[in-house]
Amino acid sequence: MQPFSEHSGRAAALRRANVDTDQIIPKQFLKRIERTGFGPSLFHDWRYRSDGTPNPDFELNRPEAAGATILIAGANFGCGSSREHAPWALADYGFRAIIAPSYADIFFGNCCQNGLLPVVLAPLQVEELFDRAAAAAGWYRLTVDLVHRRVRDGQGFDAGFEMDDYRREMLLQGLDEIGRTLLDESRIAAFERGRALAAEQVSA
Amino acid sequence: MSAPRTLFEKVWDSHVVGDAGAGGGCPAGPVLLYVDLHLVHEVTSPQAFEGLRLAGRRVRRPELTVATVDHNVSTGDRRLPIADRISALQVAALVRNAREFGVELFDLDSPDQGIVHVIGPELGLTRPGMTIVCGDSHTSTHGAFGALAFGIGTSEVEHVLATQCIVQSRPRTMEVRFSGLPAPGVTAKDLVLALIRRIGTAGATGHVIEYTGEAIRALSMEGRMTVCNMSIEAGARAGMIAPDAVTLAYLEGRMRAPAGAAWERARGAWAGLHTDPGAAFDATVHIDAAAVGPQVTWGTSPGMTAEITERVPSPADAPSDADRQSYQRALEYMDLRPGTPLEGLKVDRVFLGSCTNARIEDLRAAAEVARGRKVAGGVRAMVVPGSQRVKAQAEREGLDRIFTDAGFEWRNPGCSMCLGMNDDVLGPGERCASTSNRNFEGRQGKGGRTHLVSPVMAVAAAVEGRLVDVRAYMR
Ligand code: SF4
Repeated sequence: MQPFSEHSGRAAALRRANVDTDQIIPKQFLKRIERTGFGPSLFHDWRYRSDGTPNPDFELNRPEAAGATILIAGANFGCGSSREHAPWALADYGFRAIIAPSYADIFFGNCCQNGLLPVVLAPLQVEELFDRAAAAAGWYRLTVDLVHRRVRDGQGFDAGFEMDDYRREMLLQGLDEIGRTLLDESRIAAFERGRALAAEQVSA
Repeated sequence: MSAPRTLFEKVWDSHVVGDAGAGGGCPAGPVLLYVDLHLVHEVTSPQAFEGLRLAGRRVRRPELTVATVDHNVSTGDRRLPIADRISALQVAALVRNAREFGVELFDLDSPDQGIVHVIGPELGLTRPGMTIVCGDSHTSTHGAFGALAFGIGTSEVEHVLATQCIVQSRPRTMEVRFSGLPAPGVTAKDLVLALIRRIGTAGATGHVIEYTGEAIRALSMEGRMTVCNMSIEAGARAGMIAPDAVTLAYLEGRMRAPAGAAWERARGAWAGLHTDPGAAFDATVHIDAAAVGPQVTWGTSPGMTAEITERVPSPADAPSDADRQSYQRALEYMDLRPGTPLEGLKVDRVFLGSCTNARIEDLRAAAEVARGRKVAGGVRAMVVPGSQRVKAQAEREGLDRIFTDAGFEWRNPGCSMCLGMNDDVLGPGERCASTSNRNFEGRQGKGGRTHLVSPVMAVAAAVEGRLVDVRAYMR
């Protein structure tokens, strides 16, 4: 996993609530058996017109969103299916962090597994970011700092966010979670032995 | 005496291996939770198996892992090769992975193939007190048996394959109590849609719901599965229902359920699986089931639900500014005008299927309404049983004849038009009464318009060619 400590980049605003994973990556693109290559299909049905040309009205197709690496979004982002293809597509497109008032649980976990930082800010703070991005009309930059757990725009916006120590460490170091859990193999084995023993005692 | 605990806490506590990361020098936080049953399907597993292969890892407990193909399979003639080349590759990848890693697979030729959340319970794999995970959000279905069951992402699938554990932070608990009994024609689907309308699609985020109350006790296992299935649509991590005599009667004698002395032992162990008197939930919601009518969604999120007797709401009715925009967008997408009665909306398609509502009891109830009636002209209606076993059982009971005589298509099991990964899709602008669980934009086909309803409401819509109140058929 790509480590995440601090990232600065252009922010794109997607001022919609309840954006579901079916929108982030529609099902016709779930047939791939790789983890990569999903970027061109990100937000497919919103992003392209039926003739395949880009839909100029879609937020990410506007000039001010070109090259964005941080996505500001509405509440309950990533609801719906458990498909990890959604964070794969966001990351493959170039996003490194998302800022929203809330996320669906499974999506939040999936982002952390892929070094795509899901930042939770208060609804009013996210509204302020939407307003600032709109006022910037063309170029809005943010810095997301996981080390100090803060989001800044260098123009007065500076807000802290929470991220539990476990996930923060995983992200900062870009750790392989399976490798880490396998270090606990003896505890897992002991747990399995304990349960087998308990089952025998019940049957005796 | 130990402190009173909820059902969730009992199952959780008995599966905690320890703090995650303790052995790896990581700060404590979430725990390592042991997984009793890992269900696998073709769409969310290929990258996980590939990850194992690249790292030279094996599946720790292949005997606790069961796979099937459901999401992208055709519901047409199974003797034909899969027409879509990429779908065929995905199915072939699962066959290869199952063989290489020693995982049992119910493949396309198996009499036990079906939607993963339908076959787990019907084979007796799903049992009270278990922890169950699957790379699929509707894993919450299995909570109907008093299991703790939740969906996970592909990286987590790989983690469970390799370690038989999952890293989880402890969720909060929510009790949803349905008191009273619903009227005839009002089903489990209507109860859960009414809940989602009440608390919203993020209303239970971070929580495990336990469903309680008279209306839940009165439900069959199929109905309980419908309720737990849609917990995820309320944002919940999982839904659970304490096991009782209904649960035991469903499980006894199933292919993989314990038998003989093992059954007696299991029964004893399950007897304690309920919330103790005095145990506290972090949140409680109370709904009077007797006051719930048949529900139908009007928008593009399962929370955008109303009773069939209501009218399409106006964005001005929305509870907040953000919701106003969502309402506006949803009405445009659905091509609906505020104030239009929901009853009477013309439908082009009807879909009876999915892990929410394609079990034998759903088909029986639906067939009861379809019996002797005809699908309206111009409506294409299909029934997709949840599994081969459901299909065979329905055929033994003659339900297939009732449906086909009425003009429904009778198809082979799979997810089908619940997510439209195969050929079963809505065309742009087509309006569909669907027994599935998600009415998201494009979910059933780009530009398709989904109205979520119960199986009996779906049949009534097929017969009338428009959304109607099925209670008129119940008298
Ligand atoms: S039937 Fe639908 S919701 Fe259920 S597992 Fe299949 S795609 Fe998912």
